[in-house]
Formats: sequence, C-alpha cells, structure tokens
Amino acid sequence: MQKYYSRNRISLFLIAGFTVFTALSYLYDLKPGKEIFATRLLPFGREMIYFLPATFILIGLVDVWVNKEKVEMLIGKGSGLRGNLLVILLAMFQAGPLYTAFPTTYLLWKKGASVRNIFLYLGAFSTIKLPLLIFEVTFLGWKFSLIRNLVTFPMIFVVSFIMEKIIRKQNFKVRDA
Amino acid sequence: MIVLLVSLSAVFLSYLFDKKKTVAGVKAGLQMFLQVLPSVFSLIWVTGALIYLLPAGVIAHYLGREAGFSGYLLAALLGTISLIPSFIVYPLANVLLKNGVSIQVIAVFLSTLFMVGVPSLPLEARYYGWRTAITRNLVYLVGAIVTGTFISILI
Repeated sequence: MQKYYSRNRISLFLIAGFTVFTALSYLYDLKPGKEIFATRLLPFGREMIYFLPATFILIGLVDVWVNKEKVEMLIGKGSGLRGNLLVILLAMFQAGPLYTAFPTTYLLWKKGASVRNIFLYLGAFSTIKLPLLIFEVTFLGWKFSLIRNLVTFPMIFVVSFIMEKIIRKQNFKVRDA
Repeated sequence: MIVLLVSLSAVFLSYLFDKKKTVAGVKAGLQMFLQVLPSVFSLIWVTGALIYLLPAGVIAHYLGREAGFSGYLLAALLGTISLIPSFIVYPLANVLLKNGVSIQVIAVFLSTLFMVGVPSLPLEARYYGWRTAITRNLVYLVGAIVTGTFISILI
C-alpha cells in the first residue's frame, strides 16, 4: 500500500484535487467543473474501466504462457531470414518502454546476434510488441492497427539494413551499461 | 467489445489447460491494471480539463484534418521528444481522436513516439556509444516519418 502510494503519488494527488474541485462545483453549481466531470471524465473513464482490466488480463496470460528463454535460445547465432524473424518474434513478446530493450540487446550481442538483428530487435520492440498491439486494437480499432502494422513491418527491415550499412564503417559493439 | 470477448475466451481456454498458470496470469494482469489505474485516470481528467479550457477549434486547427503538413510536423516533434508508455498513449490517442485530432496526425505521432526516444538517448548511448545512438535515432526518425506518412495516406 505504501509502495503503491509512493509510486502513484502525483496521479493520486491530481485525482484528489479534481475530486474536491468537482464536489465544490456541484455544491456551488459551477459550470466548468460540472461539465468537465460529466462530459469529459465520465464517458472516457467508463470506457477505460470496461476495457483496461480485460486488456491487462490478456497481457498477463501471454506472459505466463510464452517461454521467453526458449525463444532466446533459438536465436543463438542464427542468421539469415529465419534468425531475423525469430528476433522479431522475441521482441514481440516483451513488454515495457524502449529503454528496457537496451539491456536485452546486450545479451543478444553476447550470444552472437548480428548488427542487423540488434536493430531489428529494437525496431520490433518499439513498434509491434504484443501488449502494445492489444492496446492499439482496443483503443484505435482493427483497421488502424492492421494498416499501421502492415506499413511498419517492412520499415523495421529497412531501418535495420540502413543501420547495418552505416555501422559497418564504425567500430560497433554493445556495452553493458 | 472484441477485447472483452477475446480476453474472456483466453481466460476460459487457458483455464482448461492449466489452472495454476491461468490464476497467476490473471492475477499479474489485474495487478498491472491497478498499478496504472491512477495514471490513466488522472491523465483522462487532466486532458479532459485542458481540452475543455481550449477554445473550440484550436485542436482542429493545429492537429486536425485542416492542419495539413504543419500538423504532421508538430505531431512528429511531440512524438520525438516525449516518452509515454503504450498503456497510457493509446487511451490518450482515443481521447484526442474523439476531440478532433485527425487519425493521420495520431499515426505520425505514434510512429515517432515508438521509434525515437530523445529522453532515453543518454541511456542508449551507454549501451551503443553516442555516435551510434544518435545515428539510430536519426535513421529511425526518418523511418517513423515515412511510416506515419504511409499510414495517413492508407487510412
């Protein structure tokens, strides 16, 4: 509870502040506070309460069923298209912001992954990971998600190829920060 | 609606195969939900209030359909400099969409947000070195803008 409070302090303060503001608005019949609550918060808040738990349960289930270590082992020194696709698959089953991907690329590098695979991993991690896709479909719909993924997938390869070409001239290695 | 159905059937199927794993997965999911609930909730309230306070038409003018190229540019800039987790950015995108931001602008914003990270640049440099980190962000920025442009044409 203490931990929960300290981690969400700012948000909880904001919510408390808005709650007081809204209560006062209803008490003294102030239009802005009432309207923000009734037309801005309630409809959207209701939607979040319906969909967010379902979304997170789905993510939790994916997490317990997918064996990340197994996928990692398969990549090893795998090069070629099969290795490329496996790296992308591995990236898709991760979660978290981009900076949590950097340490993983260090592990991949140590296991002998190629420059292209490092940047494929970063590209796939940042754009098409599963938790992100689940949110995308929930909040922006199938059509948007499908189009974005169809456009993004080839782009991940393009940027990785370009990085590979540029990096070749530099003395590239992944360090352990 | 679909998410509710998919999630329910996933729980059901998973439960048939392995009760223990299912309980652990659902529990982990709900814990994640409780962790982000305050951020998402306060974010909706703050954006709601900001949008309410903005004069009508401002959003449409800068980030709506009529904004054109400068709207994309603004979206790309915002996406490049910010660092927002996906569980927050998608609900946010949904709110913005319903308040007049065009889906094209959102596409550009999301692409740059995902692929480029100026705030995390120092951290990235510790792993790949400054030169490579900056190169990667520039290359991915161009990639993100191209991706965003394609998406906005196709939608």
